[in-house]
Amino acid sequence: MAAARRISSLVSRSLPLLRGGKQINGGRGVYRYSTAAAHENPIKPPVSVQYDQLLIDGKFVDAASGKTFPTLDPRTGEVIAHVAEGDAEDVNRAVSAARKAFDEGPWPRMTAYGRQKILLRFADLVEKHNDEIAALETWDNGKPFEQSAQTEVPMFARLFRYYAGWTDKIHGLTVPADGPHHVQTLHEPIGVAGQIIPWNFPLLMFAWKVGPALACGNTVVLKTAEQTPLSALLVSKLLHEAGLPDGVLNIVSGFGPTAGAALCSHMDVDKIAFTGSTDTGRIVLELAAKSNLKPVTLELGGKSPFIVCEDADVDQAVELAHAALFFNQGQCCCAGSRTYVHEKVYDEFVEKAKARALKRTVGDPFKAGIEQGPQIDGEQFEKILKYIRIGQDAGASLETGGDRHGTQGYYIQPTVFSNVKDDMPIAREEIFGPVQTILKFKDLDEVIQRANNSIYGLAAGVFTHNLDTANTLMRALKVGTVWINCFDTFDATIPFGGYKMSGIGREKGEYGLKNYLQVKAVVTPIKNPAWL
Amino acid sequence: MSGERNGDVEKSTIMIPQVKFTKLFINGEFVDSISGKTFETIDPRSEEVIGKVAEGDKEDVDSAVKAAREAFDHGSWPRLPGSERQKIMLKLADLIEENVEELAAIDTMDAGNLYSLGKMMSISSGAQLFRYYAGAADKIHGETLKMSRELHGYTLLEPVGVVGHIIPWNFPTQMFCMKVAPALAAGCTMVVKPAEQTPLSALIYAHLAKLAGVPDGVINVVTGYGATVGAAISSHMDIDMVSFTGSTVTGHRIMEAAATSNLKQVCLELGGKSPFIVFDDVDVDKIAPLALNACLFNQGQICVAGTRVFVQEGIYDKFIGRLLEELKTWVVGDPFDPHVNQGPQVTKKQYERVMWYIELGKKEGATLLTGGKPLDRKGYYIEPTIFTDVKDDMTIAKDEIFGPVMSIMKFKSMEEVIMRANNTKYGLAAGIMTNNINTANTVSRSIRAGSVWINCYFGFDNDAPAGGYKMSGFGKDLGINGLHKYLQVKSVATPIYNSPWL
Repeated sequence: MAAARRISSLVSRSLPLLRGGKQINGGRGVYRYSTAAAHENPIKPPVSVQYDQLLIDGKFVDAASGKTFPTLDPRTGEVIAHVAEGDAEDVNRAVSAARKAFDEGPWPRMTAYGRQKILLRFADLVEKHNDEIAALETWDNGKPFEQSAQTEVPMFARLFRYYAGWTDKIHGLTVPADGPHHVQTLHEPIGVAGQIIPWNFPLLMFAWKVGPALACGNTVVLKTAEQTPLSALLVSKLLHEAGLPDGVLNIVSGFGPTAGAALCSHMDVDKIAFTGSTDTGRIVLELAAKSNLKPVTLELGGKSPFIVCEDADVDQAVELAHAALFFNQGQCCCAGSRTYVHEKVYDEFVEKAKARALKRTVGDPFKAGIEQGPQIDGEQFEKILKYIRIGQDAGASLETGGDRHGTQGYYIQPTVFSNVKDDMPIAREEIFGPVQTILKFKDLDEVIQRANNSIYGLAAGVFTHNLDTANTLMRALKVGTVWINCFDTFDATIPFGGYKMSGIGREKGEYGLKNYLQVKAVVTPIKNPAWL
Repeated sequence: MSGERNGDVEKSTIMIPQVKFTKLFINGEFVDSISGKTFETIDPRSEEVIGKVAEGDKEDVDSAVKAAREAFDHGSWPRLPGSERQKIMLKLADLIEENVEELAAIDTMDAGNLYSLGKMMSISSGAQLFRYYAGAADKIHGETLKMSRELHGYTLLEPVGVVGHIIPWNFPTQMFCMKVAPALAAGCTMVVKPAEQTPLSALIYAHLAKLAGVPDGVINVVTGYGATVGAAISSHMDIDMVSFTGSTVTGHRIMEAAATSNLKQVCLELGGKSPFIVFDDVDVDKIAPLALNACLFNQGQICVAGTRVFVQEGIYDKFIGRLLEELKTWVVGDPFDPHVNQGPQVTKKQYERVMWYIELGKKEGATLLTGGKPLDRKGYYIEPTIFTDVKDDMTIAKDEIFGPVMSIMKFKSMEEVIMRANNTKYGLAAGIMTNNINTANTVSRSIRAGSVWINCYFGFDNDAPAGGYKMSGFGKDLGINGLHKYLQVKSVATPIYNSPWL
């Protein structure tokens, strides 16, 4: 089966008009996929793996079982390193270290300014090690190095600076009660936070979770994704160098059903925050429900609409819609994976979207100018190819792409489907790969209804210069983020999270602090008050 | 009798720094005043001239405002994302910390501030303030609004524009940082007038800000006198707001100048005569030293000084005894000496004013319990002075003396002391010493003052807004309130069609 696909992709490269025996689209497009990655050896990453153990109570330690698991280079499928494989016993050790650090340690007890200085020092250290961290991220994840080094590591530092600034501005309220009482609220750290992060943005997800938790004075047990355990260990080392006390941040690498489940059902974990798939999110919530009713934040899947209105400048809309979907190999929970285009501009849009996809540079993510690297692993790779076949079988028009890119690693051609119908699986389910699906619409009411007809509600893109249209859409779309004439505009200050089955709660911004704070109301009578 | 030290300072360990900057700082450059005039700044320890500083006047203010206006209207500062302003301000905080010793020494020479305190606390608290407001620069939130018709509404918090800061001489570093940091975070540009008594450290801060990357024209410093530079700032037609800390008398003038010029916004942090209220239930061993420091800190030259000490009758004698005992360990002398608690008054004029009030207190019939004389040495040193049997209507109980002079009064009941404590034109701060929760809560709401400290004093914090009621001024410094005064609120509304919710 795999061999057959490999042959067919070779055929398709040499004979662009044929794809699995099927003729596509008159050959107007020129296939410009670089085949370099298939023939050249992968570029040697300018970094070595220094940390591959669990981080518990400030020390790097082996798993209690002594087991390890391999983490793979998605460019080749080869092993980068064997990493300690945490399980329930390791989670127990990590939680008890975090518990002790919270109940007795200096972190929640030091001044807010003291916490701030450590987080600021950490941000400075991250900047100093920018390229090293970025290289490790790219090696483990496969995303373009330029994206890691120029965007993601700087954003990581920015997130920590942002939350450093919150440490000494966490305000409760004094409250005007109905009667002679003096009332105030205290915003207290919630305790030991369990956090489970995905593989698509290992560093940024670390920052979204760990930044606010630490700023509020909590301690943390973090489970990284088994696909991408490395960068978290490196930055955690730097965080300790910056002065973080032992036990405040513990990292357990390992798998969901073992380490993840142990964390979610732990009776001594006060809060759980998860980013990942909707299926796993449901399990996380169930485990919290069955154990100690810990509050849960979930940031889950999406099938976000990108709506191109009739007044759109098509060239700009195409470029933005392209980036909205293909960014990070399409591995974004908020990817603009349903591209709704007004019928007046539809044909032109499809033509140009295809041309843009054909121009996308795919190859070794360490190479300069590469826009798209490999998918994360074999499982995702297979899943995406399966969805592409399902799309073809359902009758959507494959405009370009549709197969693997090269002969090794998990590269997939940028793929564009047109004539997609709302009820096709490729328009309903999260593919998490470089597959754009384009749908046609007539009027605003219709597209609102169709865009909202999804179990998900993470984000939406709106492309229009009409103010009324923009204002109507921004309120009508049942999603956590609406980007108008932009997409994937992330900042530490902007809250992010989902409606419906895209999750519970918001991360980043001031809202992100709430996940990690308890509110305590303090009430006492006041005698002869001068005012109420 | 309190101790005295002659300044047996280990001169080898303290580098008396060279005064590097003595000119006006306008549009990123140190320049002479247009008139070419200078004025002398004096070391209050020796009464000797430290240096000659450029004396700004109206024309210099005009060119500083022009630079600030240009930097605001066309420059990068208000147009940078908050996160970028944050980075530059964090860099400035680092630079301040790298220069702690020089800055502390300059403030000690110029203002008579204690050197060890400056080195350990005051200067780094300036750096802390910059970090605090750096962290606020990207957290300036407007709101989206709940309009009661088909309108989409929101507020934008915009920098107010060009700000004039007029700051006093008692804490040159903290006052500079307290004014400049939030205005920078907000995205404003500014003209700063430091006090003519203490012009030096402001010029160093302006220099460090430039090194940190604050663009030219954003911070301008015009040294000079209130009647010229201060008046020009407060009446300038192109300054959008004036923020002043100083005496109530000058505060009146600033507000009048704003009223008769362009109705610029005004923030005033003025004088005080703050009560320090001691209830019967306290532990005098803890509270007497606190009372002493509340009044004498910084030679009594602090607007929130606890100068009216109300002591409940049941503990009165014990308190006085303990206070006198505590005073034995209080050392007056050269502020470079790390053992010294109290240095000289800032200028001859202030020194003479304080001595005049001491004489008046005696004449008015208050009992001089201790002190009351200058030290027999060069410099503007005054003994810590305590009056008892002070009546509420005596001048020393009503006026701000701004020196090391405490007035002690006896009281019977909580209701009485609330009434007496509030019987003042001022309302800056108050201390409440009691461990009774009901007393603490009732009195803290009843006192008409901007800061209330319960079982502590000088409970200042970056996050705690401070500023006066009544004739102690209006507008807050510090905290998020201290940032918001440099922001304009703009509300924006536009029709919304077919909204699924309103």
